[in-house]
Order: sequence, then structure tokens, then C-alpha cells
Amino acid sequence: MKAETVMLTGHDGGEINGYFARPLAPGEYPGVVVIHHNPGYDAATKEITRRFAANGYIALCPNLHYREAPGGNPDDASAIMRANGGVPDERCVGDAAGAAAYLRDSGVSNGKVGVIGFCSGGRQAYLIGAKVNVEAIVSCYGGNIVAGPDALTERMPVAPIDMTADLRAPLLGLYGADDKNPGPEAVERIKAELDKHGKEHEVIVFQDAGHGFFATDRPSYRPAAAVAGWQHVMRWFGKHLATKSH
Amino acid sequence: MCTHMNTPVRLHAAGRGREGWTPIDTANVYYDHPFHLAREHSLNIDLTRSGGGPQERIGLELSGASAAALAHAILAALAAGEQMTGDDHTRERVPDRPSHE
Repeated sequence: MKAETVMLTGHDGGEINGYFARPLAPGEYPGVVVIHHNPGYDAATKEITRRFAANGYIALCPNLHYREAPGGNPDDASAIMRANGGVPDERCVGDAAGAAAYLRDSGVSNGKVGVIGFCSGGRQAYLIGAKVNVEAIVSCYGGNIVAGPDALTERMPVAPIDMTADLRAPLLGLYGADDKNPGPEAVERIKAELDKHGKEHEVIVFQDAGHGFFATDRPSYRPAAAVAGWQHVMRWFGKHLATKSH
Repeated sequence: MCTHMNTPVRLHAAGRGREGWTPIDTANVYYDHPFHLAREHSLNIDLTRSGGGPQERIGLELSGASAAALAHAILAALAAGEQMTGDDHTRERVPDRPSHE
């Protein structure tokens, strides 16, 4: 595979960087936009991006914190982003749309793009799925998808749960039973809302796992949930992003 | 879970970071995922200078017990030091806005 830092056009025509990984063999590949977690555009998320390339996808992780610290360390960029109130939802959607366009215009795309996000990126994947043309969505333990008025801010003005009717693609939700945000009630609410609007979905809750069970570099890592979770992710994207046989 | 919280505190301070000493005017204090400490959550403090570059940040990630111990030690040292010197921090005015803005 080949993995490298690229520049792409994001929200409002702004240039941001991203991490692009692709198989080297010629072909037309399905694409995945990888949305990083709150600690930023870090080594762990780049490793996830490479995992998709190793599994036959072209994958691009847009750096949602690029504007705060171009070329800076992910932890420093994340700190500035937090102090500024977090990534504005509108900007995140624009950057994800730019990443999807980059993949589709890469010359090695089969035209289909999915989105996956982890932690805060799990929330963002949900709202991206309602705002950007994608063919599959995977939302991993995104907190605050269900959010009351007191949790809304100028930068995050609408709870993603209230965008469920607008979801443009089938959604796979992966959660840990021991997570506090999203807790069991929020996960049930998400399922109910997806059912209510007739959205194709699967919601899987792993026992003996909490928030961040995919994170191999953190104490929250739960190998059993992560191994099974990755199988579900690849099955979901394989089903919804594969090139249709003629 | 991500808390996304942040409690900014104005400071009159200096800190030594990667590029030497720098004025510090803000501490962003929050409890959330650490970047480096091997814990799910930690009490984190980012010391920054308004207008400073991202590399000027001085970061600290503390376990909960470590954070509580540090907070108590700061207050105890301050009380003992002021008793010895006669200083009184309650008479000090920490500027609402950094003086170099």
C-alpha cells in the first residue's frame, strides 16, 4: 500500500491536510472517510486509515484540527480546538464532504464512499451521514448523538439524533455496554429513532467493553470487542460499498 | 466517554516549555481523555499564552488522585508561604485580559 499526507479542499474552500492510504495495485476501490477522535489527527487514527487500505479500500482521514495548528502536533492542535469550543459541526461536514470528493476523484475509486468515526468522530460520522452523500456509515461509540438543549452550543447547534430522518445511507452503530456516553439509554434511543424513520441499520453492543474499545494504545482497549468490531466494520462496508457486478 | 469540557482560568504566570520560558496567561483545565497518560480519563491542564503558537503549550495530564494531591499541595504551600512572608494573594489582581494582548 501507499500512505501519505495530502492536501485537500475542505469546508468553504479551505485547504486542510489529510492522511491518504490506498492499495498499490491498479483498480477501482471503495472509499472510506475516517473521522478521528477528539485527541486529534494522531498516529492511532493513521493506523486505522492504513488498515482500510490493507483491506482493499482507499481511505482518507481529514485533519479536522488542521486550521488551528497547520503542521503542529496533534495534541497541541487538539488543545487549541478544545479551548476554542470544539470543531464546528458545519466545518466538519464541509471537510468530510471534501474528503469524500477527494476519494471519488482519486482515479482509483469505484464511486462509493463510506464514513467511519470514533468517539467524538462517532458523533460526527452520524451527522456527516445526514449531510454528505455517502453509501455507508459506521458510528463507533459517539457521545452526545442524543443531546439535550443544555449540551448544544453555537458550534454544535443540533443534536445528531434530530437528523436521523436525513441519514443518507445504512448505519452500523458499535457500542460498549459499559460506556457512560453514550450510555444504554442513549443507544436504545438511537435504535428507536432509526426504526422510527425506517433507516437500515445495525446496532451492536459489546459486553465487557466501554468507550474506546478499538483504541489499541489506551487502557480502554478490549481485544475481543475490537476483533469482532472490525469484522462487523468490514462486513458493513463490504456489503454497501462493493462494486455491483454487471 | 468524551466530556468535551473546558474550564479556562486567567493566570499571571510564566512557564518553561519546549522553547524556554514564556509568559502564561491561561490555564485550560478539563477532565477528559488524556493524550499520553495510560488512563481512560485524566485531569488535564494546558498552560498557554494568548497569541502564542501551538508549540508553546505546556501540557499536564494527571490521574484523579494525583490532581487532588497536587491541588491540595498548591493550596497548602501557598498558605504556608504567605504566612511566612506576609504576602496576601487575595489582594492580588489577576487581569481579566492578558496584559500583552
